[in-house]
Amino acid sequence: MTLRVELRKQRGDFLVDVAFGAPTPGITALFGRSGCGKSTTISMIAGLLRPDSGRVIVDDDVLLDTGRHVEVDARHRRIGVVFQDARLFPHLDVRDNLEYGLRRAHATAVHAIRFDDVLGMLGLEALLARRPHELSGGEKQRVALGRALLAQPRLLLLDEPLASLDAARREDVMPYLERVRDAFSIPIVYVSHQFDEVLRLATRMVLLEDGRAAAEGDLATVSRHPALRAIVGPDAVGAVLTGIVTRVDAGLSTVRVGDAELKVELDSAAEGQRIQIQVLARDVIVATESPRGLSVRNVVPARIVAISPDVGRSVLVELEIGRAATVLARVTSRAAEELALARDMQAWVLIKTVSLRGHAFSMAAGQDLTGPAR
Amino acid sequence: MLAPEESAALLLSLSVAARSVLINLPFAIGVAWLLTRRQFVGRTLFDAFVHLPLVLPPVVVGYLLLVVFGVRGPLGGWLYDTFGIQLAFSTAGAALATAVMSFPLVVRSIRIALDGVDRGLEDAARTLGAGPLDRFFSITLPLIAPGILAGAVTAFAAGLGEFGAVITFASNIPGETRTLPLALYTALQTPDGDAVAARLALISFSLGLAGLLVSELLARRLRARLGR
Repeated sequence: MTLRVELRKQRGDFLVDVAFGAPTPGITALFGRSGCGKSTTISMIAGLLRPDSGRVIVDDDVLLDTGRHVEVDARHRRIGVVFQDARLFPHLDVRDNLEYGLRRAHATAVHAIRFDDVLGMLGLEALLARRPHELSGGEKQRVALGRALLAQPRLLLLDEPLASLDAARREDVMPYLERVRDAFSIPIVYVSHQFDEVLRLATRMVLLEDGRAAAEGDLATVSRHPALRAIVGPDAVGAVLTGIVTRVDAGLSTVRVGDAELKVELDSAAEGQRIQIQVLARDVIVATESPRGLSVRNVVPARIVAISPDVGRSVLVELEIGRAATVLARVTSRAAEELALARDMQAWVLIKTVSLRGHAFSMAAGQDLTGPAR
Repeated sequence: MLAPEESAALLLSLSVAARSVLINLPFAIGVAWLLTRRQFVGRTLFDAFVHLPLVLPPVVVGYLLLVVFGVRGPLGGWLYDTFGIQLAFSTAGAALATAVMSFPLVVRSIRIALDGVDRGLEDAARTLGAGPLDRFFSITLPLIAPGILAGAVTAFAAGLGEFGAVITFASNIPGETRTLPLALYTALQTPDGDAVAARLALISFSLGLAGLLVSELLARRLRARLGR
């Protein structure tokens, strides 16, 4: 199942003009600053907002095509939406909220998502008799997620579901989102302006900038896009690598990225599991000779691909490792000059294991995504 | 205790007020919905028209009702010829006159409630497969129920005391259109009617107060159920 979107809408001075796709399964992140058109895009996909022109196609079903005057009403689109503010019906208890969409699910739809399964997966059993105002923020979002799932959607739109929660609550809800991602083969579009959420949940990303999709692709590719650097800020600039866990040894996992191997600390990982690792540019050291006698566990041969200006007096060095992935290193301009760093030069990258953040993805989510990284 | 004609007036008042609320509600919900959710040409004029009974002398409302609903009026004539229904000078007419007078109160109360409904909830219902009518009955109506109820109780309490429009349109017929205020007025016109008038005034006073209190209590309870 795939989603294909092309949408245009003028709102005052602001023009949203986006085109992107979302394959199944797994999560495609719609990432960008506040006010870049993320929520407007989501509303148009859901059918709650009419675009000036555009198309929304799920598989072969045309839900919207302004050129051919096709517009399926939101209620018939079978697109589940989880809003930032949950929007649970205050006059109904949790059970009735959950059953709202289930009762109205299309008779033709295969009722593949069952009430008891969702209840168990999202841990809602104890909440059934409560009313929305008796729930915590995290619980509300879990109920909203369950409600959307039970309407038997073929696509899920999550519009910053964690944005109104504090850090601890976000951690609480995150595993549930991972479970939903891994359990159902429903494509999910996940709107966020928090890169750590994206890193943990999504394998693909659409980068939205000023109402346009600036970049689209797997996380490893888009994470290196210059527009992203501006959004996340200099301290969070880095690259995302995807690899396979080849060995787990007392919390220290070996991850194969192309030909290269990295040691990463992972809380829970199993051999064969696919993981995404974020390597921050400020944590990467570049050496022109093979270094010895260091405590650093990750010393990987690399080739310099590009050198570009960075903030202040530093440059960003782009290095290819393992013939498959690219890392970014922040180096002062002076160091770059002294080492005479240049394109196509052979080098080594040094990365401290403790500075790596990795998130494992189950094989179910990873299978369709293990194709070429670029 | 009350004399037979006094308790008749009390019961009649209760019945007329209750019927006026029943006539009111469907129209008031519809009009409030139109005024909050739809943009149309003449909306401001329509809004003013709905509120007219608040500012017109009740006698004028009664007179206009006579013109329209009298046996020779355009609507009244048709009702009489087709169904044999005569509104003027009848209990049903008293209820109609009362309904028209309290209509703006009910509309206003429902309108405030509708303004307070988070449209996002209706959007959410839509993505969950609910059509327009379904959304209205499953989401909007329950959410504005406190407003409807408050409006209904206020209209009921106000309806117990409607005088001008009722006496003009429905006249002062004992047992048929002689409600509490009309009975009170009649008692004042009668020699030695002071004691009766005082009793009736006390009843009116208590009913009005009780109505307002009940309205507030019910609204509070419903709001608590909605967690607000």
